[in-house]
Amino acid sequence: MIHWHSFFFLLFGLTACVFALAVVFTNNVVRMAFYLVLSLGATSGLFFLAGADFVGAMQLMIYVGGTLVLLVFGVMLTAQSPFISMKTRAGEWIASMVAGGLLLWVLLTAAFNVEEWRAVSAVPLTQQTTPGEGTEPGVETPVTAARLGLGLLGARVDRLEVVDAPEGAQSQVVAGLSGYLLPFEIVSVHLLVVLVGAAYLARPKKRMTTGPHGDTE
Amino acid sequence: MAEYLQSFLAPEWKWLAYLAAALIHCMLLNVVVAGGALIFIWLERKIAGRIQDRLGPTRVGGRFGWLQTLADGVKLIAKEDLMPAGADGLLFKIAPYVSFCASFCAYFALPFSDNWVAVRLNVAVFFIIAVLGLEVFGVILAGYASASKWSLFGAMREAAQVVSYEVPLGMCTVVPVVIAGTMDLVTIGQMQQGWFTNWFLLHDPFTFIIFWVYFTCATASVNRAPFDLAEAESELVAGFHTEYSGLRWSIFFMAEYGSMFAVSGLAAILFFGGWNGPLPLTQWLGMADSQNSLVIYLVNLLGLLNFLFKATFGVIFMMWVRWTLPRLRIDQVMTTCLKYCTPIAAAMFLGTTLWCYAFPAGWLLAPSQPLGEVREGWLTQPAAVDLKGPPEGAPTSRSVAEKNWDRHLATTVSAETRGTSLGASPIFQRPARSVATKEARP
Repeated sequence: MIHWHSFFFLLFGLTACVFALAVVFTNNVVRMAFYLVLSLGATSGLFFLAGADFVGAMQLMIYVGGTLVLLVFGVMLTAQSPFISMKTRAGEWIASMVAGGLLLWVLLTAAFNVEEWRAVSAVPLTQQTTPGEGTEPGVETPVTAARLGLGLLGARVDRLEVVDAPEGAQSQVVAGLSGYLLPFEIVSVHLLVVLVGAAYLARPKKRMTTGPHGDTE
Repeated sequence: MAEYLQSFLAPEWKWLAYLAAALIHCMLLNVVVAGGALIFIWLERKIAGRIQDRLGPTRVGGRFGWLQTLADGVKLIAKEDLMPAGADGLLFKIAPYVSFCASFCAYFALPFSDNWVAVRLNVAVFFIIAVLGLEVFGVILAGYASASKWSLFGAMREAAQVVSYEVPLGMCTVVPVVIAGTMDLVTIGQMQQGWFTNWFLLHDPFTFIIFWVYFTCATASVNRAPFDLAEAESELVAGFHTEYSGLRWSIFFMAEYGSMFAVSGLAAILFFGGWNGPLPLTQWLGMADSQNSLVIYLVNLLGLLNFLFKATFGVIFMMWVRWTLPRLRIDQVMTTCLKYCTPIAAAMFLGTTLWCYAFPAGWLLAPSQPLGEVREGWLTQPAAVDLKGPPEGAPTSRSVAEKNWDRHLATTVSAETRGTSLGASPIFQRPARSVATKEARP
């Protein structure tokens, strides 16, 4: 008996991990880009497996089809003989290890600090839900990524606020507005600033030269 | 299908059913892609011959030379598989398969008839566009790994061209999606059943124009003449596949013909009613309402023939264009994309949305019957097939779309009760209930 879902999860997960490691351990720039394609493609396979067709297609469209085509294109143009195989010095190894390790630590602590994301939690899920959600006792609430998405939109469903209703009426529960919307927007604006700055730095220097007919370029 | 196969198998072999179902789907699609390539290559040679006032292949396989491709294949298998000395071995060998995989994966979501689709995705249009865009990887890798300047030039042109043409191509496919209100290709096809005036091509003048923009962009994105700069024989020997020989070379061509058929099939579903014929023939014969599974199968088979005819006509049209128009220069290719296709697509998109707003019931070529209404993936009103005017009081016959929708709804509802859908999550139910309590309050 084969459980196909687990089989394909392991297959895609292993493909993603193995080729992500291959990106790190290859010296050849173009092969690195190709392994990254396979790794990200396997990630989109994980999304399809989870039933998130739109996210999977998005992953293919944006990362594999868009970003990586440009990456390979850029690599292809710069892949001259001195750059084609990259040797990493010891100092670079240490610096990258520190940076990568810190990022891994942040991600892991963030992932394991959220109660709802733990597969086996001490408290049953039905008891964790806030009273306003009103699930029937005994019905297990499925853990989805919807809470995370709503958090990015500014509604923390794990921190619902009870609004005092006018007298006589039942007190109402509304979504808490202490979500991640502001940091999310700040990061996006920051990225936009970076892009504008990069375009400014990359543009050709304007020289005030006079053309053959005396007009300035 | 897996459940059907399971009924024949012993309990300890039930896992085999899923494997068998997946293999059958894959083999069927493989027959379409590989068999299609065989036929289309023969057709291409015959059509090229006719257009150039020649006969084309005549010897192999009787009068029409219809076994010519098979003979070519045998020749290609017998050829030596060469690789240049400076080539990157791994990437050189894997590049044709990358191209072919991308082209083949697009068929997973392409319906061939009503509900005859390997995987029914509710974002099928988006998926096909995303996956077909990956074909360029094979070309880029081939161009780089060949260690030849001709190949590298071809690959660079291809990368620039395909990345540019994704923009107008995406805009063009959005227009039928806006009219239909869904990205599910099966539902889009079902909405166009009935007379040919229900086809999205004739929905309004803007969609009629945007079909031609779509076809131009699709021709460019599958790298066909007059946009085949990646393999411009007159300048680049053979472009990205200069160094390829034998069967490896032919896999590139299988990928090319595969994606030609895929984009033509997408055009057939988005603009030409998919598997629905120009006249509601099966409804006249009363076959569409039948409960008999054999009759339903026959209706779907007729739909398959309809779809294959439309998609093949699209491919033949591409061949006709190829042997008629001269190749563009690279700057002309970019001009066509950025200065013509993109602004036209944007304007037509705006026009279509305004048209849908102004004339919800159609205007000039008003549909002979109301289109189905879909919003956010929910078919609120299936297309009504109205043959002799609705008889007063008589129960109207249920259309195929309605029946299929019921089937789809049943699966969706069962998925929701299993708790896999977002609709089952309490987060998404809460606002609705709070509104209800508010209204109930005096």
